[in-house]
Amino acid sequence: MRGGHDLGGRQGFGPIDPEPESAEPVFHSDWERRVFAITLATGMLGRWNIDQSRHARERQHPVDYLRQSYYENWLAGTEKLLLESGLISTAEIEHALAAAGSRRGDCGLPSTAADSPGQAAETESGQPNRPGIPGPEDARRILRGGGPATREIGASPRFAIGDTVLARRQLTAGHTRAPGYAQGCRGRVHACHGAHVFPDANSKGDPLAHYLYSVAFDSRALWGKEAEPFEVLIDLWEPYLAGANELATNAI
Amino acid sequence: MTGDHSHLPSATELRAKALESLLVDKGLVRPETLDAIIETYQNQVGPRNGARLVALAWADAEFRARLLGDAAKAAAEMGYLGRQGEHLKAVENTREVHNLVVCTLCSCYPWTVLGLPPVWYKSAPYRSRAVSEPRSVLAEFGTELPLETRIRVWDSTSEMRYLVVPMRPPGTEGWSVERLSRLVTRNSMIGVEPALAPGSEVL
Repeated sequence: MRGGHDLGGRQGFGPIDPEPESAEPVFHSDWERRVFAITLATGMLGRWNIDQSRHARERQHPVDYLRQSYYENWLAGTEKLLLESGLISTAEIEHALAAAGSRRGDCGLPSTAADSPGQAAETESGQPNRPGIPGPEDARRILRGGGPATREIGASPRFAIGDTVLARRQLTAGHTRAPGYAQGCRGRVHACHGAHVFPDANSKGDPLAHYLYSVAFDSRALWGKEAEPFEVLIDLWEPYLAGANELATNAI
Repeated sequence: MTGDHSHLPSATELRAKALESLLVDKGLVRPETLDAIIETYQNQVGPRNGARLVALAWADAEFRARLLGDAAKAAAEMGYLGRQGEHLKAVENTREVHNLVVCTLCSCYPWTVLGLPPVWYKSAPYRSRAVSEPRSVLAEFGTELPLETRIRVWDSTSEMRYLVVPMRPPGTEGWSVERLSRLVTRNSMIGVEPALAPGSEVL
């Protein structure tokens, strides 16, 4: 889908305005680090994959996606996945929100990180941990282990290094990693990375794999002859690409 | 995607808090697991990892060849492995070619060697402009490249992750790997800035 997230070449967002590297913290507030951790920890439950997680963040009104901060979009995506998988309900969220609001009201201060250990201790003492819920050591092992996206597939790569290819135009309703700005543009195969899990299918729970190529696009192919001269290399899966023999047809 | 993280509405804080409480109460996440995840990315995994790889590549031609050949494997030699670093490619800046990394669709970034991305990397201005006007983007970081230097922008649309190996600054001959690594900033490994000049090291 070409949602608010598909930003390459969009205009009007203004200057970048980076914080000085030496002064920038990893997280800018406590809620950001909690949302980051909640997203990773719930991901470890194995109920959705990385493409479903990305798609959940993208499936928002573009105005919301663009207005919200980065971790607000993570929070929106994680909440959506938890609701859709049935792990939590809207009523439970409303109840938890009301409880969090009243706790905040009671002490007259915004809730802070200092609340967490206390709540955690109560919960820990009150409820045994469910089997299959990762503990700290499991989490460290999972993070350090990673999860390769490469797969062995029977077919051979359709394109060779140096081939001219065209990024197909597509208006898929679901998740895709074919950025809008390259679609319809001609490029050259720079490298083949082997077969990788195909996000368009994986986001629907189908772990299909296709060959993944690094495709080089001249800036003038992307943006016209007035563009600054440079090259953009984009990782594109085989189904996103049409070959030279298709260039003359309308089948791209 | 606003870049402003300093004045967030308390409604978001409340929502995050409520979700965490709910998940903990239901036994779906353990608070100590959340703490372990935060600790990993706040204090353990960060751009000093990448800086050591780059410094070693500058100092040791054989390691440089291994890093440019298979960066994930070379990083694993140093113990840098895991989530968001499974498929890593190192791209080397030279007088002829300057590499710049972006993720226009989200925020893909080589966590194992650089940690979590800075706010500007995830922001709409950078994600929109890095692929359409990279020289203007570089100028905003104070980076001016010679006109003859070709710019290569890597858009991280897949699970491939890209690490820029900046040019070794002149005047650093004979330096130790440790000392060299203090010239390698996070921004130089994204490709928006050169490595630091001797005398302005990261402490």
